[in-house]
Amino acid sequence: MLTLHCPYCGIDADETELAPGGEAHLRRFGPGSSDDDFESYLFARENPKGVHFERWRHAYGCGKWFHAARCTATLEVFGTYPAQTTEPPQDIRDAISAKRPGWTWRTFA
Amino acid sequence: MSDMTMSCDAILTRRDTVGMITLRGNLGGTKFKSAVKAAVGVVVPKTNRVAFEGDRGACWMSPDEVLLVLPRDDVPEALATIGAALEGQHHLAVDVSDARHVFALDGPDAREVLAKLSPADLAPNAFGPGDIRRTRLGQVAAGLWMAEDDVVTIVCFRSFGDYLDALLRTSIEAGPVGFH
Ligand SMILES: [Zn+2]
Repeated sequence: MLTLHCPYCGIDADETELAPGGEAHLRRFGPGSSDDDFESYLFARENPKGVHFERWRHAYGCGKWFHAARCTATLEVFGTYPAQTTEPPQDIRDAISAKRPGWTWRTFA
Repeated sequence: MSDMTMSCDAILTRRDTVGMITLRGNLGGTKFKSAVKAAVGVVVPKTNRVAFEGDRGACWMSPDEVLLVLPRDDVPEALATIGAALEGQHHLAVDVSDARHVFALDGPDAREVLAKLSPADLAPNAFGPGDIRRTRLGQVAAGLWMAEDDVVTIVCFRSFGDYLDALLRTSIEAGPVGFH
């Protein structure tokens, strides 16, 4: 069971109060992009054992989307942060580095 | 069997005369604050809090939304007041009285009744007078606030009203767990 801290209302929400939104920080490739870029935007997802970044919505609460950094193997949560960013903030990266030195995820480290 | 069980000490009542307005906009804005004050006579509540003066008040719902509570008959006038106060400013104000169902749950076991149905922390230090918690009761979304200790108002979507009524009554009849 997962408990995630909503960065908007400050509630520590139970997994059943949240709606999962899949992988975080996807870059959209739309009209005019190459077929390869469009295909990977639609279908290619990370499936790591370890550090992962996801989108969640506080569906049964304040209704806002946010980001979460967690470990898929242990369910340890490194931190949550607002949706208005295209990459994990430094304090989240530092929190991950403290627990999982040398981690990488897509282009982030 | 049921006579052997001690039910929870809490009374559930439906409250059909409650009027509600969803108001979205910039909660910190000067015009927004005066619109809320003019409509229901209270200041905009802080995060996860409610503010009430008698049967009129405001509940914090999200960073850009409050739920205004007032007698049903006063809703049209309040909407006009809000419209005038927020003239020219991006906002949304809707009468949601018919879209919601309101319950009052009153009694020393109110926390017990709700905690059996929700993953929310409803201990006195996490949920007390003046607090609102939007959460899940059984399978449906609900908002809970406590005007005073052991007096909880519950709001859900109207289509879930009968379900939640039965769910809460079942929880009352099944008796307290003794956690709170
Ligand atoms: Zn939230």
